Parts: sequence; C-alpha cells; structure tokens
Amino acid sequence: MKQNLKPLADETQIKPYTMNFGPQHPAAHGVLRLVLEMDGEVVERADPHIGLLHRGTEKLIEYKTYTQATPYFDRLDYVAPMNQEHAFALAVEKLLGIQAPPRAQAIRVLFCEVTRILNHLLNVTTYALDVGAITPALWAFEEREKGMEFYDRVCGARLHANYFRPGGVAMDMPAGLAEDILDWAENSVPKVIADLESLLTDNRIFKQRTVDIGVATKEEAFEWGFTGPMLRASGVAWDLRKNQPYDGYEQYDFDIPIGKTGDCYARYLVRMQEMYESIKIIRQAIEKMPKGPVKVDDRKVSPPSRAEMKSSMEAMIHHFKLFTEGYHVPAGETYAAVEAPKGEFGVYLVANGTNRPERCRIRAPGFAHLQALDFLSKGHQLADTVSIIGSMDIVFGEIDR
Amino acid sequence: MSNEQLNDLAEHIQEHLEGKVLSYYLDEYKHAESEIVLLVDKNFINDVLRFLRDDPDCKFEMLLDITALDHPSRPSARFDVVYHLLSMSQNNRLRIKVPVKEDDSINSAIETYVTAGWFEREVWDMFGIPFAGNPDMRRILTDYGFEGHPLRKDFPLTGYVEVRYDDELKRVVYEPVTLQQDFRVFDNLSPWEGMTDVMLPGDEKAVKPKFSGEKPTTLLSK
Repeated sequence: MKQNLKPLADETQIKPYTMNFGPQHPAAHGVLRLVLEMDGEVVERADPHIGLLHRGTEKLIEYKTYTQATPYFDRLDYVAPMNQEHAFALAVEKLLGIQAPPRAQAIRVLFCEVTRILNHLLNVTTYALDVGAITPALWAFEEREKGMEFYDRVCGARLHANYFRPGGVAMDMPAGLAEDILDWAENSVPKVIADLESLLTDNRIFKQRTVDIGVATKEEAFEWGFTGPMLRASGVAWDLRKNQPYDGYEQYDFDIPIGKTGDCYARYLVRMQEMYESIKIIRQAIEKMPKGPVKVDDRKVSPPSRAEMKSSMEAMIHHFKLFTEGYHVPAGETYAAVEAPKGEFGVYLVANGTNRPERCRIRAPGFAHLQALDFLSKGHQLADTVSIIGSMDIVFGEIDR
Repeated sequence: MSNEQLNDLAEHIQEHLEGKVLSYYLDEYKHAESEIVLLVDKNFINDVLRFLRDDPDCKFEMLLDITALDHPSRPSARFDVVYHLLSMSQNNRLRIKVPVKEDDSINSAIETYVTAGWFEREVWDMFGIPFAGNPDMRRILTDYGFEGHPLRKDFPLTGYVEVRYDDELKRVVYEPVTLQQDFRVFDNLSPWEGMTDVMLPGDEKAVKPKFSGEKPTTLLSK
C-alpha cells in the first residue's frame, strides 16, 4: 500500500486564498455577501458583509406616527410578518397601559402560529434545497400558498398584513375562516410535514450534509446570543411563549421541542417538531376562540367602526384624528419581545409623549445568529457553510432592517 | 418577578457595584411586568457586565442587544448606550443605560459577551460612538465608504447622497440627493389641545406684550 506516495506536506502546499460568496447566490438566502478566507476547501474565516438590504427602518419610524409605523414591521422578516407586528403592538400597548381584548389575543395567537408554520415550511425546505433536495420545496410551497390565502382573507394582503394593531387587530375574521384554518392545520399540513420527514429525516445525503456540522454547545449558544430554534437545538428549553407568556399563551397546552446535539440536523428536527406544536395551538385557539370585540374600547387609540362613523359626529372626529394625528403615547420606554419563528424579536420603544416615537430599536434574532457564522463555520468545508447558513434561517429583511 | 423582588435585585446589584452603578429605577406598566434600568458609569461597564453575568443572584447569561439613544440638546452627555440583558435561569430582563459624551469612546463589552461585536459595530455605524477594544470597528449596515451616522437626530432622513447606475459610464455613480419635491414633515399635532399655554406660529403678530420684556404665554392674555 505504501508504494510511491509522495509525502503529503510537499503535495498539498495550497496558498490560502480569499473567496467571495454572494450577494447573488441562491444559497445566500437573499443578499448575503460572504468573504471567505479559505485554506483549500476549508474555511478559515467567514466575514459576512451585510447591509445590502438596509432601508433605514428605525430612522423612518422616527418620522412616522405609531399607526404608520406598523407596516414597516411586515417588511423586516417578510417570511413572518405578523409576529413582528405583534412585538410592536405589545410595546405600544405596554406604554399606553392597555391590553388587547380576549378575542383579539386569540386571533393573534392563531395567526402567529399559522405564520410559524409558514416560516418553518419555507426554511426547512429551502435549507433542503441548499443541500441538494429540490422536492421538499415544491411540496411545501403549495402549503405555504394556502396559508397565505388565510392572510389574504383576514387582512387583504398575502404578505404585508398590517393586521395586528396596538390595541387589538385591524378587523374581525370573516365568517368561515376559522373552520378553513382548522381544516388546513388538521388535514393538510400534517400530511405535508410527514412527507417532508419521510424525505429528509432519514435521508442519507441530508444527514451527511447536516449531522455534526456547525455545532454550538449550550454555553456557546448563550455567548453568541442565540434565541429561538437555534438555542433550543443546543438543548436549552427556553421559549418566550412558555417562559414569559404574552397575549394569553399561558392558556395553551403545547410542548417545547429541544435538540440534543446543537448541530444543523438538530435545528432541522426542532423546526419540524415545532410545526406539530403550532398545529396543537391553532386547534386550541380556534376551539376556545372567545366572542367579543377585537379592539380595545378606547376611541383615543382604536378607530370606531364604519357604521358608527356614518351616524355619530364624535366617532367621525375620532376617526379623522386617529388617521391624521394618530394617538399620543405617554413618555416612557419599554422593551417588548415575542418568540418569532426565528428567535426573540424585540422592540425597544422610547416614546416622548407625542404621536411619533422618539426611537424604535428593532432587535432581530437573525443579526446575532449571522454573527456566529464565523465561529460555526471555522474549520468546516465550503459546502458546509451553505448548510450552516440554511440552518440559521436567515432572512435579510430583519438583519439589515 | 414582582416589583419588590426587582427592587431587591437592583439594590443587591448596587450594593456590590458601588460607585459603578450610578442609580437604578423601575419602569412600571399597568398590564406588564416592570423592568429594571441601571444607570452605569461608562468607565466601569465591563465590571458591571461581568458581575451581572457571574453573580449567582443575577445570572444574566445573554446579552440580547446594544443600541444607543441620541439626545442632541442634553448638555451632560449626548448619547445613552443601552444594553439589554436576559437571564434564562432567573427568567428576568435588565436594561443598562450608559451616558456617553459626543466624541467620547466607551469600552467594548466583547470580553464579557462575544456577541457584542456586531451590535457595537452597528452602534458605531449608526451613532458614531467608538468602542475601545473591539477588534473590528468597521461599518456594518451602511454602504462601503459611507459618511455620517444616520441615526443621529441631526442626520436628515433623506441622507446626503443617492446612487444610480450610469449607462454611459457603465458603473454606479454617487450624486448629491435631489428631491423632486421639497421634503416636508408634518407633525400633525392637534392645534386645539393644550391651547392655554402655547404660542402657535403667527400668534405673536396678534398679541402685543403687556409689559416690556415679558412675553405673553397665553392667547387669553390679550
């Protein structure tokens, strides 16, 4: 066997070189520009250059009323719009000292979970696409399309909902929507998730590309500020819906799946399991959906109904004032966080007593995750970097803001 | 946690970090839990963060966010650098505010929490507050070669330069911003709220000062 092999040292003298990955690359999940310092096939340093989608959301919000600021949140993580509106709505509600009525809370929970399924369907399947499987994406996108139809029916838009408003939701659900969502969640989604599992979970290629790749231990996950599925895959049972419940999440019965290994495969498994848990919550939310108003009964915050507006002068004035001047939020500051599908999405809102925020800081989970790319991909091969990016659930709308 | 527990915790922190934590208070809300806010001297930010991370009663394992606030007219210090910490074992949150003067730097938190790296880069990019000890103080969100710090209050919303692709030069060119229409901001604040002590623009023409040297404060004073 020893034959005439040359000593490796002479043969493998490869100069370290720098490689540019993206921003126009299908596996960059948007506009990620990655400057990789490579030693042959091995990544020595990954330097993500971000900001190509920076739109100055935080600055723009300082110039808008609170009502006008809500749609900006749809455009951050455009795969999970309603979860982000939720964080903003909670922050404003905290400062105003109001709470959404029970029906509005249940609708919010319902749509947050629909969104979580939509988000995970997109992430898991595009992730599979990155590592070589094209079928999952085709199957899941059909399901996503159905889910976005529910968005359409409840607020009129497939993506940019502007549906969760401070004080409740924009309008009540149309008749029959709850039954259709339940039918979708109970009959249609589980089948697709099961199909995806049968395609991926035991798939040899998928496992070769993800098991033991980009491992983060518990301590490392803390250090790098991981939240959401990234943190849970490292074995930390932390979910804001359970630990710091908001909008009535404490009434729902669901489990928090956690991973054991903290690698890319564990992140995939956690997301798959989370979809089943979301289905549970959807079922409970629809079964327990209380009757009643969907906005707080405070005309200084939420607008009157159209019908009322036509007959009452006062309602007319309120409507006019709310959509020109907007409502005033008392001076103060707060940090409100929700468990968005990608992790902890937080809004640090500073109000100065007028109709516009003094500052609205957006804490996006993906920002912290992407920062850890250097540490996760060090010593891995170039192709593994693609798996790691896929497993992080990167969406540039929220990272670049 | 209840307000008493939070107060106890804040007191405990201040006791151990005397001179480093300037003061503390609770932000209280009607329907939500209160939040502890610590005001910290900028020279001791790392000592404070290390204590908060390692002390068994605090255990703030995670640094969630670093950002800043701009108060252009505040004489003592123009900026507040704001840290948000999360403790998973204690299920608690904490906010730290560190006043920083303009042109002043603050020590990087990177030795305590590695995740501080990018957040500090963003604060530098957006507000122009340098972090001493951060090995990578490049801009992060703005364009290569960008000038200015966009989230400062004196930076205009429209910015200074715009880019377009020049078909003749076959490259992207930077030009000063030209607006098709003047940029206007309407504050839409109600003219009929608090009318008793405001002077609206133009009111000074209608009201003559009663006494020399003293400006009228109300419309009713005429």
